[in-house]
Amino acid sequence: MSAVRDDLAFVNRQSFIELHARERAIALFDSGTARELLGPFDRVESPWLPLQGVTPQADDGCVVMKGKISGRAAVVVALEGAFQGGSLGEVSGAKLTAALDLARADGEKGKPTAAVMLLETGGVRLQEANLGLAAIAEIMAAILSLRRYAPVISVVAGTVGCFGGMSLAAGLSSYIVMTREARLGLNGPEVIEQESGIEEFDSSDRRLIWAINGGEQRYAMGLADALVDDDTGQVGKTIRQLIEKGVPREHRSARVAFYRERIQSLDATRQLDPNELRASWRTGDATEPGK
Amino acid sequence: MERIEFNYPAKRKVSGRAHVGVVGSGDLEVLLEPADGASSRVFIRTSVDGFRDTWKAVLDRFFAKYDGAVRIEINDAGATPGSVQLRLEQAVEALGS
Amino acid sequence: MSEYTGIRGKAWFRALTGQDSPMAGDPRSVLTADAPIGDGRARFLCVVPDPQGRFPCARHGEVGLEEAYALATRVREVIEPDRNSVKRAIIAIVDVKSQAYGRREETAAIFLAAAAAADAYGSARLAGHPIITLVVGHAISGGFLTHGYQANRILAFDDDGVMIHAMHKEAAARITRRSVESLEKLGKAIAPLSYDVRDFAKLGLLHELLHVEDPDHPADETTARVRRALAAAIEDARRGPVDLSNRLQSPEARETRQASIRTRALLESQWREKV
Repeated sequence: MSAVRDDLAFVNRQSFIELHARERAIALFDSGTARELLGPFDRVESPWLPLQGVTPQADDGCVVMKGKISGRAAVVVALEGAFQGGSLGEVSGAKLTAALDLARADGEKGKPTAAVMLLETGGVRLQEANLGLAAIAEIMAAILSLRRYAPVISVVAGTVGCFGGMSLAAGLSSYIVMTREARLGLNGPEVIEQESGIEEFDSSDRRLIWAINGGEQRYAMGLADALVDDDTGQVGKTIRQLIEKGVPREHRSARVAFYRERIQSLDATRQLDPNELRASWRTGDATEPGK
Repeated sequence: MERIEFNYPAKRKVSGRAHVGVVGSGDLEVLLEPADGASSRVFIRTSVDGFRDTWKAVLDRFFAKYDGAVRIEINDAGATPGSVQLRLEQAVEALGS
Repeated sequence: MSEYTGIRGKAWFRALTGQDSPMAGDPRSVLTADAPIGDGRARFLCVVPDPQGRFPCARHGEVGLEEAYALATRVREVIEPDRNSVKRAIIAIVDVKSQAYGRREETAAIFLAAAAAADAYGSARLAGHPIITLVVGHAISGGFLTHGYQANRILAFDDDGVMIHAMHKEAAARITRRSVESLEKLGKAIAPLSYDVRDFAKLGLLHELLHVEDPDHPADETTARVRRALAAAIEDARRGPVDLSNRLQSPEARETRQASIRTRALLESQWREKV
């Protein structure tokens, strides 16, 4: 009987990865509670892209929605990976920062509001360079402030993944949710190949890329809290569970002694085998990785 | 980036608004709203210059079949005429629902 | 010249603290010292090149795994002791080439190491410690996000050798398929793209631009002037909030970051709408 149920579940699954940012965001809310803020018709766009001949997007590639998840106040901010690789510009950065700050302000007033960030991004938008970088620093500050009141959840689903400065934002989160298709890292393989040579990282080696940055590896190292199938229902269910779980006792980015020890014990004379890190990096307390 | 504008006659008022698409490589976004006046206006921003005639052909075809008074904004990053047509039809359909 | 040389960090660390070594157990690439400043003491931190470092991709002034966790440790260390007393200032002296670009780094999750360092700085700031950043050379991308960008106040030298940017010129030129010259020219027209620190100042993120003669060789008089500027920045930070709201309040920010200010105001009004 359960095999039939599993087959039905598989047939009925809806790909989360195939959805654009707006559809991903809506799908996570309790039905009928989602309200978009600064949507496309508000036309709050990049002032910098048209100066460089690049067509802006009416929402600057950042969707902000407010509503309820599992009956609790929540805001979802979804980056559109198809627009400029999901990169952060002045306006998209300001939308994300402001959403986190407003959630924190509500938390200070006794209305804890969780934040879910759907991170499909290469980091700073080069056409806005220093304003993109400044925005990411401010996003990071806002996460640190908010996460004392309510959980901040990063979802990296693919296909763009989460790279660059925004990988630090993921690192500061209360919880990270990934799919197997997704990748999370500071520097993408092409950048490493360019900066440090092809022996250091052959960016055409897809197996290597996922072995290092892929969701399954990150989860196995205890760096992601949940590994989900590419299924909208599962993503939504996982987020509800994490919001219900609340603020973790200790955030991963605060476990300095634990992770520093692991770095100190690495044999850096050769490349590292990702599999060897799994056992020693996984943890049994604090944010227990989900099933 | 090129800005292109077109006007078309319209026969009836519409209500509501619709948004479809993303400004991704080879794609476009369409914002569709009721027109301010009695005729339809189209505002295009495209990162691929020099295709005014192609845009006109697609829009002529679209408005030959569609008579609502609408304001359409298109933000384009190099979509094919077929994709443009598809997005316009999706926008109109979204308006209806 | 604007090339990264990696000598200014150590030179200014030594000039400002009278010390120039890492604390016990730390890599040679992270200098930490507690030293007097103004009427009190501050913890100074600096990332410097270490050609003998354990990690091949972090030997020339990059912020790598060891650097990030050492920073995180040394910053966090002051929070608990100061809990019921004056929160000492934490001063980040910044001359970093970039983050470390390496396979070991990605495998061992440098994204989390960097987050841990930024977490330490940001948490100390939220606890009331004034975080002051002094950019004496380069402050690039992930390296700056990790070490320096969580500060209450950012000071920088007004000098060609100072570069604050999201990506260094050669890489940016390659990715955008332009020449370095054309990138520099574009930066003159579009402030957020500029590699010139005087244009960076127009973004309103800097507390002060300090004119310093011969920044490669700190002289007594210039060092004294920089110390006074740091002390004043510390007092200014103590009088303000612990968040980064000041970054949108300068006259420069009100001009160049008006889209940010407007976006925040609009979002707030829609957030609070009764529906």
